[in-house]
Amino acid sequence: MNKKRPARTAGRKLTFKDRYLPVILSAVTVTVVFLLLQRAVVRAEQWPRIKAQFFSIAAIAEVFPSVLKGFGINMLVWITALAAIAVWALTLAVFRSLSGPWFAPLRVFAIVYIDFFRGLPSLLLVLLFGFGIPALRLSGLPKSSLFWGALAIIASYAAYAAEVYRSGIDAVHEDQRIAAKALGLNQWQVLHYAILPQAIRNVVPSLLNLAVALQKDVALLSVLGVRDAVREAQIYTARTFNYSSLIAAALLFLAATIPMARFADYVTQKDRKRRLRIAP
Amino acid sequence: MKSKFEIENLTKYYGNTQVLDNISLSVGEHEVVCLIGASGSGKSTVLRCASDLVPFEQGCIRLNGQSIHDENFPQGEIHKQIGIVFQSYNLFPHIKVIDNITLAPRRVHKRTKRESEEHARELLSLFELSDYADSYPEQLSGGQQQRVAIIRAMANKPDILLLDEITAALDPELIGGVLSVIKNLRKQGMTMLVVTHEMGFARDLADRVCYLHQGKIVEEATPEKLFVHPEHPRTQQFLQSIIESGRLQRP
Ligand SMILES: Nc1ncnc2c1ncn2[C@@H]1O[C@H](COP(=O)(O)OP(=O)(O)OP(=O)(O)O)[C@@H](O)[C@H]1O
Ligand SMILES: [Mg+2]
Repeated sequence: MNKKRPARTAGRKLTFKDRYLPVILSAVTVTVVFLLLQRAVVRAEQWPRIKAQFFSIAAIAEVFPSVLKGFGINMLVWITALAAIAVWALTLAVFRSLSGPWFAPLRVFAIVYIDFFRGLPSLLLVLLFGFGIPALRLSGLPKSSLFWGALAIIASYAAYAAEVYRSGIDAVHEDQRIAAKALGLNQWQVLHYAILPQAIRNVVPSLLNLAVALQKDVALLSVLGVRDAVREAQIYTARTFNYSSLIAAALLFLAATIPMARFADYVTQKDRKRRLRIAP
Repeated sequence: MKSKFEIENLTKYYGNTQVLDNISLSVGEHEVVCLIGASGSGKSTVLRCASDLVPFEQGCIRLNGQSIHDENFPQGEIHKQIGIVFQSYNLFPHIKVIDNITLAPRRVHKRTKRESEEHARELLSLFELSDYADSYPEQLSGGQQQRVAIIRAMANKPDILLLDEITAALDPELIGGVLSVIKNLRKQGMTMLVVTHEMGFARDLADRVCYLHQGKIVEEATPEKLFVHPEHPRTQQFLQSIIESGRLQRP
Protein backbone atom coordinates (compact mmCIF):
# COMPACT_ATOMS: atom_id res chain seq x y z
CA MET A 1 0.00 0.00 0.00
CA ASN A 2 1.38 3.42 -0.78
CA LYS A 3 0.99 6.15 1.76
CA LYS A 4 -0.71 9.41 1.00
CA ARG A 5 1.74 11.98 -0.13
CA PRO A 6 1.99 14.83 2.38
CA ALA A 7 0.61 18.13 1.20
CA ARG A 8 3.29 20.13 -0.56
CA THR A 9 3.43 23.12 1.72
CA ALA A 10 3.40 21.13 4.94
CA GLY A 11 6.39 22.01 7.12
CA ARG A 12 8.11 24.08 4.45
CA LYS A 13 7.43 27.65 3.54
CA LEU A 14 8.17 28.76 0.02
CA THR A 15 10.81 31.46 0.08
CA PHE A 16 10.52 34.67 -1.87
CA LYS A 17 13.07 33.32 -4.32
CA ASP A 18 11.12 30.11 -5.00
CA ARG A 19 7.85 31.82 -5.35
CA TYR A 20 8.40 34.96 -7.38
CA LEU A 21 11.74 34.69 -9.16
CA PRO A 22 10.51 32.44 -12.00
CA VAL A 23 7.50 34.68 -12.64
CA ILE A 24 9.58 37.85 -12.63
CA LEU A 25 12.18 36.28 -14.91
CA SER A 26 9.64 35.25 -17.51
CA ALA A 27 7.83 38.58 -17.36
CA VAL A 28 11.09 40.46 -17.89
CA THR A 29 12.12 38.20 -20.77
CA VAL A 30 8.82 38.55 -22.57
CA THR A 31 8.79 42.34 -22.12
CA VAL A 32 12.35 42.72 -23.38
CA VAL A 33 11.73 40.59 -26.46
CA PHE A 34 8.59 42.50 -27.31
CA LEU A 35 10.20 45.88 -26.76
CA LEU A 36 13.07 44.91 -29.04
CA LEU A 37 10.69 43.68 -31.70
CA GLN A 38 8.59 46.78 -31.44
CA ARG A 39 11.64 49.00 -31.70
CA ALA A 40 12.84 47.09 -34.75
CA VAL A 41 9.50 47.53 -36.45
CA VAL A 42 8.86 51.10 -35.41
CA ARG A 43 12.42 52.20 -36.16
CA ALA A 44 12.21 50.81 -39.69
CA GLU A 45 11.92 53.48 -42.34
CA GLN A 46 8.77 51.80 -43.57
CA TRP A 47 7.00 52.10 -40.22
CA PRO A 48 4.95 55.23 -40.81
CA ARG A 49 3.62 53.71 -44.01
CA ILE A 50 2.92 50.34 -42.32
CA LYS A 51 1.22 52.11 -39.48
CA ALA A 52 -1.04 54.12 -41.74
CA GLN A 53 -1.89 51.10 -43.87
CA PHE A 54 -2.57 48.54 -41.14
CA PHE A 55 -2.85 50.19 -37.77
CA SER A 56 -4.58 53.45 -38.44
CA ILE A 57 -6.60 54.18 -35.32
CA ALA A 58 -8.83 56.51 -37.25
CA ALA A 59 -9.58 53.91 -39.93
CA ILE A 60 -10.25 51.22 -37.34
CA ALA A 61 -12.60 53.51 -35.47
CA GLU A 62 -14.40 54.40 -38.69
CA VAL A 63 -14.88 50.83 -39.88
CA PHE A 64 -15.44 49.23 -36.50
CA PRO A 65 -19.26 49.52 -36.34
CA SER A 66 -19.80 47.80 -39.68
CA VAL A 67 -17.17 45.10 -39.01
CA LEU A 68 -18.75 44.48 -35.62
CA LYS A 69 -22.17 44.19 -37.23
CA GLY A 70 -20.70 41.68 -39.70
CA PHE A 71 -19.13 39.83 -36.82
CA GLY A 72 -22.57 39.48 -35.31
CA ILE A 73 -23.49 37.44 -38.39
CA ASN A 74 -20.40 35.30 -37.89
CA MET A 75 -21.43 34.57 -34.32
CA LEU A 76 -25.04 33.89 -35.25
CA VAL A 77 -24.06 31.46 -38.00
CA TRP A 78 -21.52 29.89 -35.66
CA ILE A 79 -24.01 29.18 -32.88
CA THR A 80 -26.67 27.89 -35.26
CA ALA A 81 -24.20 25.70 -37.14
CA LEU A 82 -22.78 24.39 -33.86
CA ALA A 83 -26.18 23.21 -32.70
CA ALA A 84 -27.03 21.68 -36.07
CA ILE A 85 -23.65 19.94 -36.33
CA ALA A 86 -23.86 18.52 -32.81
CA VAL A 87 -27.20 16.87 -33.58
CA TRP A 88 -26.59 15.82 -37.18
CA ALA A 89 -23.12 14.42 -36.49
CA LEU A 90 -24.43 12.40 -33.56
CA THR A 91 -27.16 11.01 -35.79
CA LEU A 92 -24.58 10.01 -38.39
CA ALA A 93 -22.37 8.38 -35.76
CA VAL A 94 -25.34 6.43 -34.38
CA PHE A 95 -26.30 5.29 -37.90
CA ARG A 96 -22.77 4.11 -38.36
CA SER A 97 -22.66 2.18 -35.12
CA LEU A 98 -25.92 0.28 -35.62
CA SER A 99 -25.59 -3.43 -36.16
CA GLY A 100 -27.78 -5.95 -37.89
CA PRO A 101 -28.96 -6.33 -41.49
CA TRP A 102 -32.00 -4.08 -40.99
CA PHE A 103 -29.82 -1.07 -40.45
CA ALA A 104 -27.39 -1.73 -43.30
CA PRO A 105 -28.85 1.10 -45.47
CA LEU A 106 -28.38 3.66 -42.70
CA ARG A 107 -24.88 2.38 -42.03
CA VAL A 108 -23.91 2.59 -45.69
CA PHE A 109 -25.45 6.04 -45.98
CA ALA A 110 -23.40 7.30 -43.03
CA ILE A 111 -20.17 5.84 -44.39
CA VAL A 112 -20.68 7.30 -47.87
CA TYR A 113 -21.74 10.66 -46.45
CA ILE A 114 -18.72 10.93 -44.18
CA ASP A 115 -16.25 9.86 -46.89
CA PHE A 116 -17.77 12.32 -49.33
CA PHE A 117 -17.91 15.42 -47.15
CA ARG A 118 -14.58 14.81 -45.47
CA GLY A 119 -12.96 14.42 -48.86
CA LEU A 120 -13.95 17.85 -50.20
CA PRO A 121 -12.52 21.24 -49.22
CA SER A 122 -15.02 23.29 -47.22
CA LEU A 123 -14.43 26.27 -49.52
CA LEU A 124 -15.43 24.23 -52.56
CA LEU A 125 -18.60 23.07 -50.81
CA VAL A 126 -19.47 26.61 -49.79
CA LEU A 127 -19.12 27.81 -53.38
CA LEU A 128 -21.02 24.84 -54.76
CA PHE A 129 -23.92 25.14 -52.32
CA GLY A 130 -23.96 28.92 -51.98
CA PHE A 131 -23.78 29.82 -55.69
CA GLY A 132 -24.84 26.57 -57.30
CA ILE A 133 -28.10 25.75 -55.58
CA PRO A 134 -29.67 29.24 -55.72
CA ALA A 135 -28.69 29.35 -59.42
CA LEU A 136 -30.94 26.36 -60.06
CA ARG A 137 -33.91 28.52 -59.08
CA LEU A 138 -35.74 25.55 -57.65
CA SER A 139 -39.12 26.65 -56.45
CA GLY A 140 -39.89 26.14 -52.81
CA LEU A 141 -36.28 26.18 -51.72
CA PRO A 142 -34.66 29.15 -50.00
CA LYS A 143 -32.62 31.33 -52.35
CA SER A 144 -30.33 32.97 -49.84
CA SER A 145 -26.66 32.14 -50.29
CA LEU A 146 -26.20 32.65 -46.56
CA PHE A 147 -28.56 29.73 -45.94
CA TRP A 148 -26.92 27.42 -48.46
CA GLY A 149 -23.40 28.43 -47.51
CA ALA A 150 -24.11 27.77 -43.86
CA LEU A 151 -25.62 24.42 -44.83
CA ALA A 152 -22.41 23.55 -46.71
CA ILE A 153 -20.35 24.32 -43.61
CA ILE A 154 -22.69 22.24 -41.46
CA ALA A 155 -22.57 19.33 -43.90
CA SER A 156 -18.80 19.42 -44.02
CA TYR A 157 -18.14 19.84 -40.29
CA ALA A 158 -20.73 17.20 -39.39
CA ALA A 159 -18.63 14.63 -41.24
CA TYR A 160 -15.66 15.39 -39.00
CA ALA A 161 -17.74 15.61 -35.85
CA ALA A 162 -19.39 12.27 -36.67
CA GLU A 163 -15.98 10.64 -36.73
CA VAL A 164 -15.17 12.24 -33.39
CA TYR A 165 -18.38 10.89 -31.90
CA ARG A 166 -17.65 7.49 -33.36
CA SER A 167 -14.24 7.36 -31.72
CA GLY A 168 -16.02 8.15 -28.45
CA ILE A 169 -18.53 5.36 -29.01
CA ASP A 170 -15.76 2.90 -29.85
CA ALA A 171 -13.91 3.90 -26.69
CA VAL A 172 -16.75 2.70 -24.48
CA HIS A 173 -15.90 -0.83 -23.44
CA GLU A 174 -17.80 -3.64 -25.16
CA ASP A 175 -18.71 -5.03 -21.70
CA GLN A 176 -20.93 -2.00 -21.11
CA ARG A 177 -22.98 -2.87 -24.17
CA ILE A 178 -23.29 -6.50 -23.08
CA ALA A 179 -24.26 -5.52 -19.53
CA ALA A 180 -26.98 -3.21 -20.84
CA LYS A 181 -28.27 -5.84 -23.22
CA ALA A 182 -28.28 -8.40 -20.40
CA LEU A 183 -30.62 -6.13 -18.46
CA GLY A 184 -33.09 -6.27 -21.32
CA LEU A 185 -32.44 -2.91 -22.98
CA ASN A 186 -33.02 -2.91 -26.73
CA GLN A 187 -30.47 -1.56 -29.21
CA TRP A 188 -31.72 2.03 -28.98
CA GLN A 189 -31.95 1.97 -25.20
CA VAL A 190 -28.46 0.52 -24.95
CA LEU A 191 -27.19 3.48 -26.97
CA HIS A 192 -29.35 6.05 -25.23
CA TYR A 193 -28.81 5.08 -21.60
CA ALA A 194 -25.48 3.26 -21.53
CA ILE A 195 -23.22 4.07 -24.47
CA LEU A 196 -23.89 7.59 -25.73
CA PRO A 197 -23.64 9.45 -22.40
CA GLN A 198 -20.21 7.93 -21.87
CA ALA A 199 -19.19 8.40 -25.49
CA ILE A 200 -20.17 12.08 -25.51
CA ARG A 201 -18.34 12.73 -22.27
CA ASN A 202 -15.27 11.14 -23.85
CA VAL A 203 -15.27 13.49 -26.83
CA VAL A 204 -16.34 16.84 -25.40
CA PRO A 205 -12.74 18.17 -25.53
CA SER A 206 -12.30 17.19 -29.17
CA LEU A 207 -15.67 18.66 -30.09
CA LEU A 208 -14.77 21.95 -28.41
CA ASN A 209 -11.61 22.14 -30.50
CA LEU A 210 -13.70 21.57 -33.59
CA ALA A 211 -15.97 24.40 -32.43
CA VAL A 212 -12.96 26.74 -32.28
CA ALA A 213 -12.03 25.83 -35.85
CA LEU A 214 -15.62 26.35 -36.94
CA GLN A 215 -15.64 29.82 -35.44
CA LYS A 216 -13.02 30.86 -37.96
CA ASP A 217 -14.32 28.89 -40.91
CA VAL A 218 -17.66 30.69 -40.81
CA ALA A 219 -15.71 33.48 -42.56
CA LEU A 220 -15.71 31.29 -45.69
CA LEU A 221 -19.23 32.62 -46.25
CA SER A 222 -17.70 35.98 -47.20
CA VAL A 223 -16.82 34.51 -50.62
CA LEU A 224 -20.56 34.32 -51.28
CA GLY A 225 -20.95 38.01 -50.61
CA VAL A 226 -22.44 37.43 -47.18
CA ARG A 227 -21.63 40.62 -45.28
CA ASP A 228 -19.82 39.05 -42.35
CA ALA A 229 -16.87 40.67 -40.57
CA VAL A 230 -14.34 39.70 -43.24
CA ARG A 231 -16.57 40.88 -46.09
CA GLU A 232 -17.24 44.21 -44.40
CA ALA A 233 -13.51 44.66 -43.84
CA GLN A 234 -12.79 43.85 -47.49
CA ILE A 235 -15.39 46.34 -48.67
CA TYR A 236 -13.67 49.06 -46.67
CA THR A 237 -10.26 48.03 -48.00
CA ALA A 238 -11.48 48.09 -51.58
CA ARG A 239 -12.80 51.60 -51.07
CA THR A 240 -9.90 53.15 -49.16
CA PHE A 241 -6.86 50.92 -49.92
CA ASN A 242 -6.38 50.76 -46.17
CA TYR A 243 -5.97 47.38 -44.47
CA SER A 244 -6.71 48.48 -40.92
CA SER A 245 -10.24 47.14 -41.30
CA LEU A 246 -8.82 43.61 -41.68
CA ILE A 247 -6.88 44.16 -38.46
CA ALA A 248 -10.11 45.21 -36.79
CA ALA A 249 -11.77 41.99 -37.96
CA ALA A 250 -8.72 40.00 -36.83
CA LEU A 251 -8.98 41.49 -33.35
CA LEU A 252 -12.63 40.50 -33.13
CA PHE A 253 -11.89 36.90 -34.16
CA LEU A 254 -9.11 36.67 -31.60
CA ALA A 255 -11.36 38.08 -28.90
CA ALA A 256 -13.80 35.25 -29.61
CA THR A 257 -11.51 32.29 -30.32
CA ILE A 258 -8.91 32.72 -27.58
CA PRO A 259 -11.35 32.43 -24.65
CA MET A 260 -12.98 29.51 -26.45
CA ALA A 261 -9.61 27.79 -26.89
CA ARG A 262 -8.73 28.39 -23.23
CA PHE A 263 -12.08 26.90 -22.25
CA ALA A 264 -11.42 23.84 -24.43
CA ASP A 265 -8.03 23.42 -22.73
CA TYR A 266 -9.62 23.68 -19.32
CA VAL A 267 -12.24 21.05 -20.13
CA THR A 268 -9.56 18.78 -21.62
CA GLN A 269 -7.52 19.03 -18.43
CA LYS A 270 -10.53 18.26 -16.28
CA ASP A 271 -11.37 15.30 -18.45
CA ARG A 272 -7.81 13.99 -18.22
CA LYS A 273 -7.91 14.17 -14.44
CA ARG A 274 -11.25 12.36 -14.39
CA ARG A 275 -9.82 9.52 -16.48
CA LEU A 276 -6.74 9.24 -14.27
CA ARG A 277 -9.05 8.99 -11.27
CA ILE A 278 -11.18 6.26 -12.81
CA ALA A 279 -8.36 4.20 -14.32
CA PRO A 280 -7.65 1.22 -12.06
CA MET B 1 -37.25 -32.37 -9.47
CA LYS B 2 -39.05 -30.26 -12.05
CA SER B 3 -36.46 -28.57 -14.17
CA LYS B 4 -36.75 -24.85 -14.36
CA PHE B 5 -33.95 -24.08 -16.74
CA GLU B 6 -32.51 -26.34 -19.38
CA ILE B 7 -29.65 -26.11 -21.82
CA GLU B 8 -30.05 -28.74 -24.49
CA ASN B 9 -27.41 -29.85 -27.01
CA LEU B 10 -25.79 -26.45 -27.13
CA THR B 11 -23.10 -26.09 -29.78
CA LYS B 12 -21.27 -22.85 -30.44
CA TYR B 13 -18.54 -21.78 -32.82
CA TYR B 14 -16.44 -18.65 -32.79
CA GLY B 15 -15.43 -18.40 -36.43
CA ASN B 16 -14.21 -21.88 -37.31
CA THR B 17 -13.31 -22.88 -33.75
CA GLN B 18 -15.82 -24.96 -31.91
CA VAL B 19 -16.07 -23.57 -28.40
CA LEU B 20 -19.03 -25.57 -27.05
CA ASP B 21 -19.74 -29.14 -28.03
CA ASN B 22 -23.23 -30.43 -27.46
CA ILE B 23 -23.68 -29.18 -23.92
CA SER B 24 -26.74 -30.24 -21.97
CA LEU B 25 -27.50 -29.35 -18.40
CA SER B 26 -30.53 -28.53 -16.36
CA VAL B 27 -31.20 -26.56 -13.22
CA GLY B 28 -34.20 -27.39 -11.05
CA GLU B 29 -36.33 -24.89 -9.19
CA HIS B 30 -34.41 -23.51 -6.16
CA GLU B 31 -31.40 -25.49 -7.26
CA VAL B 32 -27.83 -24.21 -7.49
CA VAL B 33 -25.61 -25.72 -10.15
CA CYS B 34 -21.93 -24.86 -10.35
CA LEU B 35 -19.91 -24.98 -13.53
CA ILE B 36 -16.18 -25.45 -13.09
CA GLY B 37 -13.36 -25.91 -15.56
CA ALA B 38 -10.01 -24.60 -16.72
CA SER B 39 -9.60 -21.18 -18.23
CA GLY B 40 -10.77 -21.20 -21.84
CA SER B 41 -12.92 -24.31 -21.41
CA GLY B 42 -16.01 -22.30 -22.41
CA LYS B 43 -17.72 -21.54 -19.08
CA SER B 44 -18.44 -17.88 -19.86
CA THR B 45 -19.62 -18.83 -23.32
CA VAL B 46 -22.17 -21.24 -21.83
CA LEU B 47 -23.62 -18.43 -19.70
CA ARG B 48 -23.61 -15.94 -22.58
CA CYS B 49 -25.47 -18.34 -24.82
CA ALA B 50 -27.82 -19.28 -22.00
CA SER B 51 -28.73 -15.63 -21.46
CA ASP B 52 -29.15 -14.92 -25.16
CA LEU B 53 -26.26 -12.47 -25.33
CA VAL B 54 -24.46 -14.28 -28.14
CA PRO B 55 -25.95 -16.36 -30.94
CA PHE B 56 -25.20 -20.08 -31.18
CA GLU B 57 -25.31 -22.65 -33.95
CA GLN B 58 -27.29 -25.43 -32.39
CA GLY B 59 -29.27 -26.26 -29.32
CA CYS B 60 -32.07 -24.91 -27.25
CA ILE B 61 -32.45 -22.92 -24.05
CA ARG B 62 -35.63 -23.63 -22.13
CA LEU B 63 -37.07 -21.66 -19.26
CA ASN B 64 -40.03 -23.17 -17.41
CA GLY B 65 -40.29 -25.68 -20.21
CA GLN B 66 -40.52 -23.14 -23.01
CA SER B 67 -37.75 -22.40 -25.50
CA ILE B 68 -36.60 -18.78 -25.19
CA HIS B 69 -36.52 -18.60 -28.98
CA ASP B 70 -40.06 -19.88 -29.27
CA GLU B 71 -42.28 -17.30 -30.91
CA ASN B 72 -44.72 -17.63 -28.02
CA PHE B 73 -42.04 -16.73 -25.50
CA PRO B 74 -43.00 -13.25 -24.34
CA GLN B 75 -40.86 -10.79 -26.32
CA GLY B 76 -38.40 -8.84 -24.24
CA GLU B 77 -38.93 -11.15 -21.26
CA ILE B 78 -35.79 -13.22 -21.80
CA HIS B 79 -33.48 -10.79 -20.06
CA LYS B 80 -36.01 -10.01 -17.39
CA GLN B 81 -36.30 -13.66 -16.40
CA ILE B 82 -32.66 -14.63 -16.86
CA GLY B 83 -30.36 -12.37 -14.85
CA ILE B 84 -26.59 -12.42 -15.30
CA VAL B 85 -23.72 -10.93 -13.31
CA PHE B 86 -20.22 -10.62 -14.75
CA GLN B 87 -16.71 -10.90 -13.41
CA SER B 88 -15.98 -7.24 -14.11
CA TYR B 89 -19.23 -5.89 -12.54
CA ASN B 90 -19.89 -3.68 -15.61
CA LEU B 91 -21.81 -1.04 -13.68
CA PHE B 92 -22.55 2.09 -15.71
CA PRO B 93 -19.96 4.59 -14.47
CA HIS B 94 -21.87 7.72 -15.51
CA ILE B 95 -24.94 7.16 -13.35
CA LYS B 96 -25.46 6.70 -9.63
CA VAL B 97 -25.79 3.36 -7.91
CA ILE B 98 -29.54 3.78 -7.50
CA ASP B 99 -29.95 4.68 -11.18
CA ASN B 100 -27.89 1.64 -12.19
CA ILE B 101 -30.36 -0.50 -10.30
CA THR B 102 -33.56 1.18 -11.50
CA LEU B 103 -32.53 1.56 -15.16
CA ALA B 104 -34.04 -1.69 -16.40
CA PRO B 105 -37.13 -1.67 -14.14
CA ARG B 106 -37.96 1.84 -15.32
CA ARG B 107 -36.97 1.82 -18.96
CA VAL B 108 -37.62 -1.80 -19.87
CA HIS B 109 -40.38 -2.84 -17.50
CA LYS B 110 -41.99 0.59 -17.35
CA ARG B 111 -42.32 0.75 -13.59
CA THR B 112 -42.67 4.15 -12.04
CA LYS B 113 -39.60 5.91 -10.72
CA ARG B 114 -40.98 5.78 -7.19
CA GLU B 115 -41.86 2.12 -7.25
CA SER B 116 -38.52 1.03 -8.69
CA GLU B 117 -36.53 3.23 -6.34
CA GLU B 118 -38.37 1.85 -3.36
CA HIS B 119 -37.57 -1.66 -4.46
CA ALA B 120 -33.95 -0.69 -5.13
CA ARG B 121 -33.57 0.83 -1.66
CA GLU B 122 -35.04 -2.30 -0.08
CA LEU B 123 -32.48 -4.42 -1.89
CA LEU B 124 -29.67 -2.00 -1.02
CA SER B 125 -30.48 -2.17 2.67
CA LEU B 126 -30.78 -5.94 2.48
CA PHE B 127 -27.25 -6.02 1.09
CA GLU B 128 -26.03 -3.42 3.59
CA LEU B 129 -25.34 -0.79 0.93
CA SER B 130 -27.97 1.79 1.89
CA ASP B 131 -25.36 4.51 2.33
CA TYR B 132 -24.21 4.23 -1.27
CA ALA B 133 -27.47 4.75 -3.14
CA ASP B 134 -26.40 8.18 -4.35
CA SER B 135 -22.72 7.40 -4.93
CA TYR B 136 -21.16 6.80 -8.29
CA PRO B 137 -19.75 3.31 -8.93
CA GLU B 138 -16.15 4.56 -8.93
CA GLN B 139 -16.59 5.65 -5.30
CA LEU B 140 -17.23 2.05 -4.21
CA SER B 141 -14.80 -0.78 -3.53
CA GLY B 142 -14.72 -3.70 -5.94
CA GLY B 143 -16.69 -5.87 -3.54
CA GLN B 144 -19.35 -3.20 -3.11
CA GLN B 145 -19.56 -2.70 -6.86
CA GLN B 146 -20.05 -6.40 -7.39
CA ARG B 147 -22.84 -6.47 -4.79
CA VAL B 148 -24.51 -3.57 -6.59
CA ALA B 149 -24.21 -5.54 -9.83
CA ILE B 150 -25.97 -8.47 -8.14
CA ILE B 151 -28.70 -6.14 -6.89
CA ARG B 152 -29.04 -4.69 -10.38
CA ALA B 153 -29.68 -8.17 -11.76
CA MET B 154 -32.06 -8.97 -8.89
CA ALA B 155 -34.07 -5.80 -9.44
CA ASN B 156 -35.57 -7.42 -12.55
CA LYS B 157 -36.89 -10.22 -10.27
CA PRO B 158 -35.39 -12.91 -12.52
CA ASP B 159 -36.42 -16.57 -12.44
CA ILE B 160 -32.80 -17.65 -12.61
CA LEU B 161 -29.53 -15.90 -11.91
CA LEU B 162 -26.36 -16.71 -13.86
CA LEU B 163 -23.12 -15.73 -12.15
CA ASP B 164 -19.84 -15.64 -14.10
CA GLU B 165 -16.83 -15.76 -11.78
CA ILE B 166 -18.14 -12.85 -9.81
CA THR B 167 -15.30 -12.94 -7.27
CA ALA B 168 -12.41 -13.43 -9.69
CA ALA B 169 -11.57 -9.73 -9.94
CA LEU B 170 -11.75 -9.04 -6.20
CA ASP B 171 -9.05 -8.69 -3.56
CA PRO B 172 -9.10 -11.72 -1.24
CA GLU B 173 -10.49 -9.76 1.70
CA LEU B 174 -13.51 -8.66 -0.35
CA ILE B 175 -14.50 -12.09 -1.65
CA GLY B 176 -16.19 -13.23 1.58
CA GLY B 177 -18.76 -10.44 1.52
CA VAL B 178 -19.87 -11.23 -2.02
CA LEU B 179 -20.00 -14.97 -1.42
CA SER B 180 -22.15 -14.55 1.67
CA VAL B 181 -24.61 -12.54 -0.42
CA ILE B 182 -24.89 -15.52 -2.77
CA LYS B 183 -25.38 -17.89 0.16
CA ASN B 184 -28.18 -15.65 1.32
CA LEU B 185 -29.82 -15.71 -2.10
CA ARG B 186 -29.61 -19.45 -2.03
CA LYS B 187 -31.39 -19.55 1.33
CA GLN B 188 -34.17 -17.45 -0.16
CA GLY B 189 -34.57 -20.11 -2.83
CA MET B 190 -32.98 -18.32 -5.80
CA THR B 191 -32.29 -20.65 -8.71
CA MET B 192 -28.70 -20.17 -9.85
CA LEU B 193 -26.17 -21.37 -12.39
CA VAL B 194 -22.77 -20.38 -11.08
CA VAL B 195 -19.39 -20.36 -12.80
CA THR B 196 -16.68 -20.16 -10.19
CA HIS B 197 -13.00 -20.63 -9.50
CA GLU B 198 -13.70 -20.88 -5.78
CA MET B 199 -13.80 -24.63 -5.35
CA GLY B 200 -14.55 -24.44 -1.64
CA PHE B 201 -17.52 -22.24 -2.44
CA ALA B 202 -18.76 -24.63 -5.12
CA ARG B 203 -18.45 -27.51 -2.66
CA ASP B 204 -20.47 -25.72 0.03
CA LEU B 205 -23.05 -24.13 -2.21
CA ALA B 206 -23.83 -26.42 -5.11
CA ASP B 207 -26.48 -29.07 -5.38
CA ARG B 208 -24.66 -30.32 -8.42
CA VAL B 209 -21.34 -29.55 -10.06
CA CYS B 210 -20.52 -29.83 -13.75
CA TYR B 211 -16.96 -30.07 -14.94
CA LEU B 212 -16.40 -28.52 -18.34
CA HIS B 213 -13.40 -29.51 -20.43
CA GLN B 214 -12.71 -28.07 -23.88
CA GLY B 215 -16.33 -27.25 -24.50
CA LYS B 216 -17.74 -30.55 -23.21
CA ILE B 217 -19.30 -31.46 -19.91
CA VAL B 218 -17.25 -34.49 -19.00
CA GLU B 219 -18.59 -35.06 -15.51
CA GLU B 220 -21.65 -34.04 -13.56
CA ALA B 221 -22.25 -35.05 -9.95
CA THR B 222 -23.04 -33.89 -6.45
CA PRO B 223 -20.20 -31.90 -4.91
CA GLU B 224 -19.59 -34.65 -2.36
CA LYS B 225 -19.02 -37.08 -5.16
CA LEU B 226 -17.24 -34.87 -7.68
CA PHE B 227 -14.77 -33.30 -5.29
CA VAL B 228 -14.04 -36.51 -3.36
CA HIS B 229 -14.33 -39.28 -5.93
CA PRO B 230 -14.12 -37.75 -9.38
CA GLU B 231 -14.59 -40.44 -12.01
CA HIS B 232 -13.24 -38.95 -15.18
CA PRO B 233 -9.43 -38.75 -15.48
CA ARG B 234 -9.74 -35.15 -16.75
CA THR B 235 -11.66 -34.13 -13.65
CA GLN B 236 -9.11 -35.87 -11.43
CA GLN B 237 -6.29 -34.02 -13.20
CA PHE B 238 -8.06 -30.66 -12.89
CA LEU B 239 -8.83 -31.10 -9.19
CA GLN B 240 -5.28 -32.27 -8.58
CA SER B 241 -3.90 -29.09 -10.12
CA ILE B 242 -6.33 -27.00 -8.06
CA ILE B 243 -5.29 -28.74 -4.85
CA GLU B 244 -1.62 -28.24 -5.71
CA SER B 245 -2.16 -24.54 -6.29
CA GLY B 246 -3.68 -24.39 -2.82
CA ARG B 247 -7.15 -23.34 -3.90
CA LEU B 248 -8.87 -26.43 -2.50
CA GLN B 249 -8.11 -28.46 0.59
CA ARG B 250 -7.50 -32.13 0.05
CA PRO B 251 -10.69 -33.93 1.02
N1 LIG C 1 -15.65 -13.10 -28.68
C1 LIG C 1 -14.87 -14.19 -28.94
N2 LIG C 1 -14.34 -14.36 -30.17
C2 LIG C 1 -13.57 -15.44 -30.44
N3 LIG C 1 -13.26 -16.40 -29.55
C3 LIG C 1 -13.75 -16.28 -28.31
C4 LIG C 1 -14.57 -15.16 -27.94
N4 LIG C 1 -14.91 -15.30 -26.64
C5 LIG C 1 -14.32 -16.44 -26.22
N5 LIG C 1 -13.62 -17.03 -27.22
C6 LIG C 1 -12.88 -18.30 -27.13
O1 LIG C 1 -13.77 -19.29 -26.66
C7 LIG C 1 -13.12 -20.15 -25.74
C8 LIG C 1 -13.92 -20.21 -24.44
O2 LIG C 1 -13.90 -18.92 -23.83
P1 LIG C 1 -14.64 -18.63 -22.47
O3 LIG C 1 -14.48 -17.19 -22.21
O4 LIG C 1 -16.00 -19.19 -22.53
O5 LIG C 1 -13.77 -19.48 -21.45
P2 LIG C 1 -13.88 -19.53 -19.87
O6 LIG C 1 -14.02 -20.97 -19.51
O7 LIG C 1 -14.90 -18.60 -19.40
O8 LIG C 1 -12.43 -19.05 -19.45
P3 LIG C 1 -12.01 -18.15 -18.19
O9 LIG C 1 -11.97 -19.08 -17.01
O10 LIG C 1 -10.65 -17.67 -18.55
O11 LIG C 1 -13.01 -17.05 -18.06
C9 LIG C 1 -11.73 -19.62 -25.55
O12 LIG C 1 -10.85 -20.41 -26.32
C10 LIG C 1 -11.78 -18.22 -26.10
O13 LIG C 1 -10.57 -17.88 -26.69
MG1 LIG D 1 -14.89 -16.75 -18.30
